[in-house]
Amino acid sequence: MTTSRAAAAVAAAALTALGLAACSDDEPDDGRTHITVTIDAGLEQDAIDAFDKRIEQFEEANPDIAVERQEYTWTAGTFTAQLAGGTLPDVFVVPFTDGRGLIERGQIADIGDLTAELPYRDSYNPNIAAAGEDPEGDMWAIPIAAYGQGLHYNRTLFEAAGLDPDAPPTTWAEVRTAADTISAETGEAGYAVMTNDNTGGWILTTVVNALGGRTDDGAGTATIDTPAMRQALEDLQAMRWEDESMGDNFLYDWAGINQDFASGRIGMYVSGGGNYGNLFTQNALNPDDYGLTVLPLADDPNSGVLGGGTLAAVSPDAEADEAAAAVEWIDFYYMEKLTVQEAAVADAEVKAETGQPVGAPELPVFDKATYDEVQTWIAEYVNVPVEQMAPYTGQVFDQPLLNEPTVATQEVYAVLDTVVQTVLTEEDADVDALLETAQTEAQAAIDAAA
Amino acid sequence: MTSIDTRPAGVTGDRARPQNAARPGRRGGLLARARGGLPTLVFLAPMLIVFGVFSWLPIGRAVVMSFQRTNLVADPVFVGVANFQQVFADPQLWTAVQNTGYFALLALLFGYPIPLVAAVLMSEVRKMRGLFSALAYLPVVVPPVVAVLLWKLFYDAGEDGVFNTILGWAGLGPFAWLQDADIVMPSLVLEATWAAAGGTVIIYLAALTGVDPSLYEAAEIDGGGVWRKLWHITLPQIRGILLITFILQIIGTAQVFLEPFLFTDGGPANRTLTLLLLIYRYAFTNSLGGDYGAAAALSLMLAVVLTAFSVLYFRLTRSWSS
Repeated sequence: MTTSRAAAAVAAAALTALGLAACSDDEPDDGRTHITVTIDAGLEQDAIDAFDKRIEQFEEANPDIAVERQEYTWTAGTFTAQLAGGTLPDVFVVPFTDGRGLIERGQIADIGDLTAELPYRDSYNPNIAAAGEDPEGDMWAIPIAAYGQGLHYNRTLFEAAGLDPDAPPTTWAEVRTAADTISAETGEAGYAVMTNDNTGGWILTTVVNALGGRTDDGAGTATIDTPAMRQALEDLQAMRWEDESMGDNFLYDWAGINQDFASGRIGMYVSGGGNYGNLFTQNALNPDDYGLTVLPLADDPNSGVLGGGTLAAVSPDAEADEAAAAVEWIDFYYMEKLTVQEAAVADAEVKAETGQPVGAPELPVFDKATYDEVQTWIAEYVNVPVEQMAPYTGQVFDQPLLNEPTVATQEVYAVLDTVVQTVLTEEDADVDALLETAQTEAQAAIDAAA
Repeated sequence: MTSIDTRPAGVTGDRARPQNAARPGRRGGLLARARGGLPTLVFLAPMLIVFGVFSWLPIGRAVVMSFQRTNLVADPVFVGVANFQQVFADPQLWTAVQNTGYFALLALLFGYPIPLVAAVLMSEVRKMRGLFSALAYLPVVVPPVVAVLLWKLFYDAGEDGVFNTILGWAGLGPFAWLQDADIVMPSLVLEATWAAAGGTVIIYLAALTGVDPSLYEAAEIDGGGVWRKLWHITLPQIRGILLITFILQIIGTAQVFLEPFLFTDGGPANRTLTLLLLIYRYAFTNSLGGDYGAAAALSLMLAVVLTAFSVLYFRLTRSWSS
C-alpha cells in the first residue's frame, strides 16, 4: 500500500513537472535568427500561399533568418491586449495615429539606428515620416503605406437605381440624393456609416474635415461643438429619419461594413481609399460591383481629406538580432516593392499569379514621382478595375491631405461613436445637447492624455 | 519525515484544536493537517499550483494594479486611490450600473422562472423525458460566440430578418431588435436566457428527483392538483437549490459581458454598456495601452459588492435553506 502510494506520488510529481516544462517554448537551436511576422487574419488560401512564397524568397536571400507568420489584424481593443500580454509578432503594423504614443511610452523597439541605414530613409515625405519618428527624428516605426479616405460605391446598385456609375456624387447633397434613390429603388441601404469600435468617430471626423472642420485645434483644445460637426450630424439625421436611406444596421464596425458592402447591401460608404484589397481578399467582392471616388469637399479653405497610413514596428521584446532581422523583413516585404523595380515586379508577379489584387490605389509614402514610377513597373500585372477607381485616382492627389488628430485620438473617436449611434438610433436626438456633452468628454480625454 | 511533533498545541498555533494533543503518534504540522500525508500533498500540488498561478496570483495582481498606473510595459507607478476616484467620477459608471441592474432585473423576471417551469413540466412527462432534457440542454452545448452570431441573424432588423419575418405573418414589426434603444436590452436577455436555461433545467431536474414521490402520492390521494403539488411540495423541497441558483443568477448577470460585447459593443449610444464591458473599455479601448489601473479598480469594487451581497444573502436566507 505504502509502495503504491509512493509510486503514485512520484508519478503525480513527474506529471506536474512535465506539465510545467511543457509551458516553456524555446526556439529551435539551428543557428538562425527566428522572427514572427504579421499576416492579415482571415485571408483566402491564395493570399496565404502568396505570403508563404514571399517568405521563401526572403529566407533564400537571408539564410541566417527563419521567418514564421502569425495572424494579426490591428484593432484598438485586441492590439492593447496583445501589447500588454507580449503576444505580438516581432513585426507588426499599427496606424499612423498610434506611432508617436507608442514611441513616447517605449512600447515598441527602438530601431532608429537600423532604419538610419535604409537607403530610402531620407526620401520619405516629411509629413509621413513624422508618424514614425521620435522628437529627435529617429525613425522607430517605418511608414509602409498611406491612404486618403474615399467614397466607395456599388456600381451595380447605382445602375439598378437608374444612376450613372461613371458619374458618382461630387457634393454631400448629391450623396444624400443618390442614397435616397438607391434605397427607394433597390431596398438596400443607400449610404451607411461605421459606428462601433471607435470607427464612428473616425468617419465622423473624416466628414467634418471634408466640411472644413476639425476635432481639435492641435494645441490641446477639443473643437467638437462646431458648425461643421453640427452639419455633419444633421445630414446624417436627415438621411436616417427623413429619407430613411441608411438601411437598418447602425452598429457597423470596419469588418462588418466591409462585409455588407461586398455582399451588395450598401450603396455607398466612407473608408480608406485602399480598402479594395480587404473587400476582395477577405469579403469576396465582385470586382464588377466596385466603384471608388474622392470625398466631396466643401467650398471652404479648411476642407480636406483625412489621411492616414500604416507603420511597421518591431516588438519591444525582440532581441538585438531579432530586431535587425525584423527590419530586414520590413525592408524586403513592405518597402523594396516601393523602391526597387525588381522587387516591385516580383511582388506583383506573385500576387497576380495567386489571384491577389495588384494596383489598388494608395498615396505615396515618398513622393508622387516615385509612386508613378512604381505603377509603370507593375503595369502589366495590374488586375484591379482601375477604370472604376479613376474618379478617385484622378483627383485624390489634388485634394488637401489632413492628418488624424495626434492626441487622445482613439478616446475622442470613442466619444464620437456614442454621438453617431445616438443620432442614428434615436429619432428625437438633440444634436446640440449631444455635442455639448461630447465636447466636455473629448476635452477631458485630451487633458488626460496630455 | 517520521518524527513526531511533541510540542504543545500552542506552539503550533493550534489552540483551537486541543484534540490534537489527545492523539499522540500522529504526524505534526502541515502533514498532520493534510491527513493523507505526503502523497496527499503531492496529489494536491498540481491543482494548487495551477489554481495559484492561474487564479489567485492574477487576483492578487489585480488588487495591486488597482492602486497603480501601468500600461504593463513600462514600470508601474503607485497612485493611491486615484484609480478609484477616477472610476467614481466617470459618468459612464452610473450608466453601466443602471444597465447592468436592468439586465439583472429582466433576467430575474424571465430567466429565473422559465427553467423552473420547464423542469417541473418535464418532470411530469412520463415518456421521452431524456429527449426533452437533451433538447433543453442543447443551447448550452452551442459555443456562445456561435450562438450570438446565429441570433444576430434572427435579430436582423430588416423585414427579411428571421424574427421580423415570423412576426410579419401576424402583422407585427419590423422591429430594430438591436438598434432600438428601448428593446435592445430585452433582446439580449432573451438570447441569454435561451443560452443558459438548459443548464439550470438540468440542475432542477436533478433536484426534483430527490423529492420523495410518496409526498406527491399523498397529495394526489388528498385531491391536490399540479399547482398545489408545486406550491406545497416541489418548491419547499427544492428551496435550497432555488436559493443557490438565485444567487448564482445575480452574480452571473452582474458580470454579463458576452452578449453586450458581441451583439452591440455597448450600443446603441451606451444603452447596453454593462459594468464588465466598461472594465473592458478601460483596459482596451485605448490602443496605446489601456487604463489597466481603472479597470482593476472597478473589477475590485464589483467583486467587493458581489461578495458583500452574497454574504448578506446567505445570512438572510440561512433559516429558509435549512
